[in-house]
Parts: sequence; structure tokens; C-alpha cells
Amino acid sequence: MEILKEEGVDTVFGFPGGAIIDINDELDKTDIHYILVRHEQAAVHAADGYARASGKVGVCLVTSGPGATNTVTGIASAYMDSIPVVVFTGQVPRVLIGNDAFQEVDIVGITRPCTKHNYLVKEPERLADIVREAFYIARSGRPGPVLIDLPKDVVQTKMNFKMPPAPRMKSYAPHTEPHKQQLERAIKLILKAKKPVIFAGGGVILSGAYKELFEFADKLNMPVTGSLMGLGGFPGTNPLWLGMIGMHGTYRANMSTGNCDLLIGIGVRFDDRVTGRIDDFAKNAKIVHIDIDPTSIQKNVPVTVPIVGDCKVSLKKLNSLLEQEDLTEVLKTRPNWLKQIEEWKSTTPLAYDQSNAIKPQFVVEKIYELTKGKAIITTEVGQNQMWAAQYYHFDKPNRFITSGGLGVMGFGFPAAIGAQLARPKDLVIDIAGDGSIQMNIQELIVAVSNKLPVKIAILNNGYLGMVRQWQELFYDKRYAATNIEQAPDFVKLAEAYGAVGLRATRADEVEDVIKKAIDTPKTVIMDFVVEREESVYPMVPAGAPITEMLLV
Amino acid sequence: MTDERKHTISLLVDNESGVLSRVAGLFSGRGFNIESLCVAETLDPGISRMTLVTRGNERIVEQINKQLNKLISVKKVIDLTDVAFVEREMALVKVKAKKEERAEILRIVDIFRCKVVDVSAGCYTLEVTGTAGKIAAILSLLSQMGIKEIARTGAIALAREAQK
Ligand SMILES: Cc1ncc(C[n+]2csc(CCOP(=O)(O)OP(=O)(O)O)c2C)c(N)n1
Ligand SMILES: [Mg+2]
Repeated sequence: MEILKEEGVDTVFGFPGGAIIDINDELDKTDIHYILVRHEQAAVHAADGYARASGKVGVCLVTSGPGATNTVTGIASAYMDSIPVVVFTGQVPRVLIGNDAFQEVDIVGITRPCTKHNYLVKEPERLADIVREAFYIARSGRPGPVLIDLPKDVVQTKMNFKMPPAPRMKSYAPHTEPHKQQLERAIKLILKAKKPVIFAGGGVILSGAYKELFEFADKLNMPVTGSLMGLGGFPGTNPLWLGMIGMHGTYRANMSTGNCDLLIGIGVRFDDRVTGRIDDFAKNAKIVHIDIDPTSIQKNVPVTVPIVGDCKVSLKKLNSLLEQEDLTEVLKTRPNWLKQIEEWKSTTPLAYDQSNAIKPQFVVEKIYELTKGKAIITTEVGQNQMWAAQYYHFDKPNRFITSGGLGVMGFGFPAAIGAQLARPKDLVIDIAGDGSIQMNIQELIVAVSNKLPVKIAILNNGYLGMVRQWQELFYDKRYAATNIEQAPDFVKLAEAYGAVGLRATRADEVEDVIKKAIDTPKTVIMDFVVEREESVYPMVPAGAPITEMLLV
Repeated sequence: MTDERKHTISLLVDNESGVLSRVAGLFSGRGFNIESLCVAETLDPGISRMTLVTRGNERIVEQINKQLNKLISVKKVIDLTDVAFVEREMALVKVKAKKEERAEILRIVDIFRCKVVDVSAGCYTLEVTGTAGKIAAILSLLSQMGIKEIARTGAIALAREAQK
């Protein structure tokens, strides 16, 4: 407990059980805020949302066996998105391990490939050190989830406690300082580039490099695109912002990347949803890649200048190296390039046809407008997620919280609960699909009972829309297993849980519903009955180059 | 891939349960191949040495090295491929020994400097140590007499000390 406080933990998400009664019993005597979720998967997503909104490490506490296995999806999502979370799981007493005891499961074995590291605590004397190591590993370097498996008898051992010193580990030392020579090589390329693009990812947000990135782009008058995880890393309303890159990226972002002569990837991992057909990705460009994780570099694309280091530190150093350079020549070439980009933008902007029926894009646009772009937006997965990414513009980091790498339906609502707890004064909205929201709907009672004014905006299309879209385009409109028209009445459902339910079925009702939700200091579900067969465009078919987009 | 090469990688790892699965899981999970893997304690009982032999092109092997380095239980990764190193494997070979072929078998034992470690009526068990190449050579010679069974270790390896 002492260590939890020392590590700045003020909130723990969990669900009890036999193997961890002791810990809950002790936790109850502290002033740490314990949030009793209704499903352990939600505990991890909530801790994930909490971590992203607060910049701290999210903490979960669950029991052995089923409690532990229920966390796996949450852990895997946090792992893919590099989010610092520490998960404590109960375990059967040491003598029973390996006996197929009641509620025994080898959770350390199960989560080995989806945690940054994990521990089974075999000796009570090691417990304190392990907990400190776990927090250190979770938050440092490329962050990620760490799991600690606690046999019941280890927890029950009474010992004299002494706070262990900050961990120093021989086999783990994240490399934050970039190599000077590589920075200089990068500068040379930057000074020569006529058509450069910056590609910012989650690393910019995790390292807090927002200011440094802005200075860098601004100084060089260089356009910036971002991955889904990078949204908010650069102001979304800045003229240099190209919009998101990739499968559902903007036309100008994908065209700029396809035609640039220098691509500066910062805190990105060149995932397949970003690159499309890899051989054609940024074909004519030299690539500078800054990332703290050496395994990200040269993994998917060949890199001209690899820079292993913290994004913030690296950008700071690049900025100060640029101070000593004369930029007049390179800046002279910029207007041509920016003009070309402007052309791509004006010929093919993000757009949709307006109608009487509610367009889902319109809902997101209205939410953006009425929240003045200042809300914390979480998303579920599917079309709702892509529309949120396309039509809500993020001017600040840590306002967009989504399950990017794993794409977990059911992520957004518990993550919103976590984010609301971390930032009680901010407006938190989960932009949801009618399918996804049913995957962690049980958490409504958690939001209501903790008086969290989280809003859920369901883009209700009666379909598992993103899958339906693929079926429309690539499977001759055979909508197998995607029609979920028969659904609960979300308004009544909200009411049943003690939340507020609102519904809009016509375009002219949208604004009122959103306004009313914002003005209601309670948990609110907004059910937007939207055009059923709307699709997300642009779209790059899987396996095509990102410059070959299907447009509306 | 045409530029695939064999790489011998030596790892120093924490000597605790689970490390082997971390390393093995990394290879299976990421689709890297392992040709052999040997583990034993070093002089420091807290640390084990793993020697693993893998195959891949430069990019894949670079990934393998980086991914291994990233494991928190792995203290040190040494790719021996481009340095001078000594590498040994061992095999126990049960070879059929008909009366008229025994002399020939013993001659092979002599030439390859291996040992006969067990003798029975129709069969010798030989202990062979050497590089993978040497072991392959002796196996092919002995196969003419008929090999009943073999057990082999993977490679173990150490970098050579600098000369002088
Ligand atoms: C847990 C999980 N199961 C399955 C999927 C595959 N999947 C991706 S999007 C999607 C449809 C989501 O439907 P809905 O929440 O209604 O969102 P929409 O696309 O309609 O906006 C599905 C099934 C997933 N991402 N996560
Ligand atoms: Mg839907």
C-alpha cells in the first residue's frame, strides 16, 4: 500500500475474489479510490483511459483464474498502444500452484506475449522490489502493461516494511538520448528536402513532445500527418495539419506521403493500416525514423536515418541544431509543395452527402462544434472510430482515447470512465457503435453509481457497420452476421441503469440532443439513429498502396 | 530469401523460471525460426547462458537481436556470426556393429576423435563432439552401417579471446 502511494496511485480499478480478499481488505483502509467495475476487462480499459488522460500509471486489481483471464483483452490493447498499466492478479497459494487448483490459471504464461513484463511473486521478500520495478518498467521507455501475479499466501505474509529505493535494473535501461551523428544526418536531409512530410504517432503524445513537434514543424513550415494514435500530437486546426494517414486517411495526407521526398516518422511503428502495400509506401522518400523502441525501427519499412531516442528529447535537439542553420533556401521551396497539397485538399476534401436522415459524420461534426473541440473523446471500434478520427479535430494531446493497435470493441466506454475519473472537470464523450457499446454496457452502473457525467453517443446504424462496409465492397453485399437491427432500446436501457437516455431520429434533432446531454450533469446515452448503410471514405482497400483510395 | 544466413546468438539471461518460455515464445510468436537452443547456468548461479542458432536475412536477424534485447530478463545479446568464435555440438550415436564392420567403425571413431561410450552385442554407442559439419560428416559415414538412434545437443558457442 505504501508503495502504491509513493508511486502516486490514487485510483484502482478492480473486481474482488477469494484470492485477493486480503488486498481489498487493506486497500479499504487507505484513501485510495477503489472503483468496483462489473467486468475485469473493463477494469483494464478504464485503467488505460485513466492513464492516458492523467499521464499516470493505471492500476487494476483482480482475482485469480477467471478474474485474471478476463483482463487479457485489456492488457493486450494497452500493450499494442504502449499504455502504462500495472495489473495485480490474485493467485492460488504457492503450494497449490501447478495442481489445477480451484481458480488457478497460469496468467503469467498467458500474458507473456502481451505484457511489457510480468512477474509471479514467489518470495514475500521480493514483493516490494517487484512492485517498484513494475511501475518503473510500465512508465519508462516505451511504456506498456506489467502484470504481477500474487499468490494468496505471499500476500498474507506479515513482514516489516521498508520502502525500497528507486529501482535500478541491469538488464533494462531505456535509451532516451538520441545519437548525435544520426541527428546531424537527419538535419542534412531536412535541409535538402523539397517535399517533406512529418508523420507523428502515439510516441509524440506519450513522450509529451507536443510543443517540440510544433516548434519543429513551424520552423520548417513542414506539413504534418498523424496515425490514429498520433491525433492531437499536432493541432488539428493548424494549416500545416494534413489529417490522418492510412486506410481511412485523408486524400491529401495519403497523397502527400506517397509523393514526398522526405518522411520524418516520429513515434510511429509503420503499422499495416498506415502503410497499405508496403513496397509502395513513400516510395520516393528518404525516411528518418525517431522512436524510443529500437525494434520499431527497420521493422516494416527501410529507414535512411534511424534515431533511437525519446521523441521529445530528440525533437528538442533537432530544434536546437536547426537554430544554427540558415533555413532561407529550404523555406523557399516550401510554397510549391504546400500549394500542391492545398490542391489535393480542395479537389478531394473529406465530405459526405447531407440528408434528412442523420448522417453519422454530421453527428460527430456537431459534437465537435458544440464542445468547441475541447472534449475528451473516447471511441469504440469500427466506423464510429474512424468518423470520430476524421471529423473531430484535436488541438491538444491526450484528448483522443482509442484502442488503436488491437481495435477492441467495448473499449471506449470503460476508457471514458477512467478518463472522467482522471479529469473530473472535463467533458468526456464516448463516440460509440451500436455493436461495440453492447460489449461493456454493464459498466453503466459504475458510471451512474460513481456519479460520473460521462456521455455516450451511439451512432446507431443497426449494423456491425465496418464489417458490413467490407461486405458491401468486397463480398457482393452479402451481409452475413452483421445485421444487429434487433437491439435493446438504448433510451430505456439508460433509464434502467439510472442514467439519462436521449434519442434523435432526424437531422434537425441532433443539435438539441447533444446540447441537452452536455447540460445534463449525469451519465447520458444519446441514441442517434443514423443512415444505416453509410460508409467510411476515403478507403484504401487492404493490400493496395495508400495513394489508391476509394472516394465517396 | 536468398540472403538468408545462419546466425549463432549467445544470450546472458536471468536464471529464473519462465525465461526460456519468454525467449521461445518470442520466436514462435513472431515467426522467427530456431534451429537449436541450449541453456545452462554460468559461473554466476543467477545468470544462465543460452546459445541459439537461427536463420534469416539481415533484416530479420536485426529484428531478432533487437527483440531479444527488449526482453527484460535478457541481460546481454551477442550475435557471434561476424566475430571469431568456437562452436561445438555433441551427439550420442547408437550404431549397428556387425562383426565384420567393427574395425571400420573404430577407424572412424579414431579419425573423428570420438569415443565409444557403450558397447553391446550388436551395437556401439559413440560420443561425437564437434562442429555441426563434423557431426554431419560422421553421421553420413555411420549411416552405411546403420544408425539405430541418435541424441544431439544444439550448438554451444563462445567468442574467441582476442589474439596476443
Ligand atoms: C472484440 C471485437 N470483436 C470483433 C471485432 C471486429 N469488428 C471490427 S469493427 C466491427 C463492427 C463494430 O460495430 P459497431 O460497434 O456497431 O460499429 P460501426 O462500425 O457500426 O460504427 C467488428 C465486429 C473487433 N474489432 N473487436
Ligand atoms: Mg454499428
